Amino acid sequence: MELLLIAVILLVVAVFVTAPLRRPPRQSGEEVEDPRIAELEARKEAKYREIRDAEMDREAGKLSDEDWRRQDTELRREAIGILKQLDGLREERREW
Amino acid sequence: MIVLGAACVILALLAALYAAGAALAGTGGDRRWVVSSRRAVYAVAALLTAAVVIVEAAFLRSDFSFRVVAEHSSTTTPTGYKLTAMWSSQGGSLLLWAWVLSLASSAVLYATRSRLREIVPWATAVLMGFGAFFCGLMLFAGPDANPFARLDPAPAEGVGLTPLLRHPAMVIHPPMLYSGYVFFTIPFAFAIGALITRRLDASWIRSTRRFALIAWTFLTIGVALGARWSYSELGWGGYWAWDPVENASLMPWLLGTAFLHSIMIQERRGMLKVWNASLIVAACSFALLGTFMVRSGILDSIHAFGASTVGPPILFLIACVVLGSAALIVSRLDDLRSEKRIDSLFSREAIFLVNNLLLVGLCAVIFWGTFFPLVSEAITGTRSSVGPPFFNRLVTPLAILLVLFTGIGPLVAWRRISIGVAWRIFRLPVAAAVAAAVLLVAFTDARGEPWALALFTFAAFALAALAQEFAKGVAARRALAGGSVPGALLALVSRNRRRYGGYMVHAGIGVLLIGVAASATFQTSRDLFLSPGESASVGDYEVRYVEPTQSVSQSEDRLTLGGVLEVSSGGERFATLYPSRNYYSSRDTDPSSPVRGFFEGEATSEVGRRDGLGGDFWTAMQPDLTRLDPVIERTDRRLAGLAERLPMDDPRAQVQLAALQGSAIRAIASRYTEEGPPANFRVNVNPLVTWIWLGWLLALCGALIALWPTAEARRRRVADVYAARLARDLSRA
Repeated sequence: MELLLIAVILLVVAVFVTAPLRRPPRQSGEEVEDPRIAELEARKEAKYREIRDAEMDREAGKLSDEDWRRQDTELRREAIGILKQLDGLREERREW
Repeated sequence: MIVLGAACVILALLAALYAAGAALAGTGGDRRWVVSSRRAVYAVAALLTAAVVIVEAAFLRSDFSFRVVAEHSSTTTPTGYKLTAMWSSQGGSLLLWAWVLSLASSAVLYATRSRLREIVPWATAVLMGFGAFFCGLMLFAGPDANPFARLDPAPAEGVGLTPLLRHPAMVIHPPMLYSGYVFFTIPFAFAIGALITRRLDASWIRSTRRFALIAWTFLTIGVALGARWSYSELGWGGYWAWDPVENASLMPWLLGTAFLHSIMIQERRGMLKVWNASLIVAACSFALLGTFMVRSGILDSIHAFGASTVGPPILFLIACVVLGSAALIVSRLDDLRSEKRIDSLFSREAIFLVNNLLLVGLCAVIFWGTFFPLVSEAITGTRSSVGPPFFNRLVTPLAILLVLFTGIGPLVAWRRISIGVAWRIFRLPVAAAVAAAVLLVAFTDARGEPWALALFTFAAFALAALAQEFAKGVAARRALAGGSVPGALLALVSRNRRRYGGYMVHAGIGVLLIGVAASATFQTSRDLFLSPGESASVGDYEVRYVEPTQSVSQSEDRLTLGGVLEVSSGGERFATLYPSRNYYSSRDTDPSSPVRGFFEGEATSEVGRRDGLGGDFWTAMQPDLTRLDPVIERTDRRLAGLAERLPMDDPRAQVQLAALQGSAIRAIASRYTEEGPPANFRVNVNPLVTWIWLGWLLALCGALIALWPTAEARRRRVADVYAARLARDLSRA
């Protein structure tokens, strides 16, 4: 009885694990994000966090207005660059 | 069921090997192999879950055909401890490791099923490499390592659970500690994948940071529970002995802490890539080292489970991890070059770097002290011992500096802090530190303890700095959106969970170290030898031994001899404490002296303790049994003589003999309270020791807040707001 149960478990595991291999090639059955877009999204989030943190540092008095303006300008310039790259990639995907 | 359980482990090994192979096949681009490998990981988790259920069911049934059950449980072990006895054994703890790894791997691979496309297959291969290794250990490292080793014939009764482990903290301490170790393999595996694919970028950072924080949180819980158990159960009155296995859990914690800080620098400035890769490799290696030290018995420790066969294979695994990772990092040095430099020495990046150096320095000191006995034995043939004085001497100054920087970091802005505003930011925390120092010197004994005074002063600075951060944040929030102080605080923390969760962790560590410094430096300790009715002074307290107590628990085969202590201070009653000593029957007892064997077998202390925010009054006792020696010897002679006359193979005779032994134990216990012999009492007054547990809880809350995911909608709203602002700025420019 135990051996039968083990054989059934083995069969079930084998069928479950190899099911994706029985699909035609190029059909893994799942959507995968574009790594370039994912990378830019992550950089965008991190940059927005930096912008927020700089504002909070200014509100807490850690940054003078002048230093904050300089940092904020630089960070926003970097964020705009990321947004432009993102737009470009998404446009490219739509065309493709 | 043993065959079924063993088959589950064998199938798990095969599935883990398949998962690793399929994942590597998937790196060629065919996603079907990647999906198949992920399913194999789920199968490993399901199979090992079944294996765990089978073992636990065996414990509950007291099925002594399972060697692991026979050696770590008995019919009289309470049900709760039966369920947790699994991880007191070699085989059971290896099964726990592999099971937690499979569950964690399944969760992580499910969460990243549509992300990190290039990295995930390599990470899967690494994780399942670990999984196959631990399954292989269970199957091939001998019967001790096999949770499904059979005993034939099965004994009628088990040995029982080690009495020291019959404590609630021990129920959860090993799973939390192992979870911490296991979760460090996750960011390690993703780091290896990122190095191989040369994708050490922002999306890798985002995923890895979260996994590392989860590992750190579990390890924090595990370490805290171990310290709490030591303080409550071991009868020596301390919470940290610099035991090798304690140190083994602290080292990955320190490295994980360093990683969590320096990864923020990489996220913002693209710096410290080599450092971060090395840190996560080191954290995982030390997590494996912790497993090696617990399971190999190579170093003397309360955790030592005797010499075993799993030590060399685990050491081999560690060597592969370290050497392979180092080679990979060296081969990717060009990709790991920093993109930017530190703008200013007075910036948060620079402070974090100093913080990292202190944490790694602490780890190095602890590593040297822990392994020096092995090194000295290898070189000189003699194993030298390294005890608490070594660690305290070197760790204390580093810990004090760490507390200081715990306060400086939050005060300083990223990139640079304007010099003109620096004094405005620092003046309140500096004032708090100076005030604390003056008060301590004027009104306490701290003036005679420079290290403790320095720590208290810097901790006051850090806590004031953090309070200032919260106060300014709440004020800014109220200026922006109005509302009450509690409402503004809630909104502030929920909208900036990483920042303020991190501040709470810092505050918790500061509070914890205050408790450590106070309880270690200003402890009053006395060993007393009192007869009933006698009193003694301990510091400002008067301690009177009122009377002895006794109890017998048949269900737990336990005899408890204790005492009632009345503690007063300034003539007022302070506390009544009930310390005791538990004695457990053992199957290894010499049949010629069953009662003596009871008292010379395993014993545990139940401490008497009165907790308070200002400090604990702690006591443990050791009854003086010499007055009972004649009674014990007489009883043993009678029982041994009776045993010789009884037929050994008659079960009814054995039951009667056991009943007589039980009666004899109860009679001796009654004699103990009638005669009231003196007892040894260790009495400790530990100032502020409760702050250690409170600090730990605060740090844990901070970690959970930092971990808690923000709502996706909120993230999109914020992103949209900033996108709109950026668009407006761009149109104006």
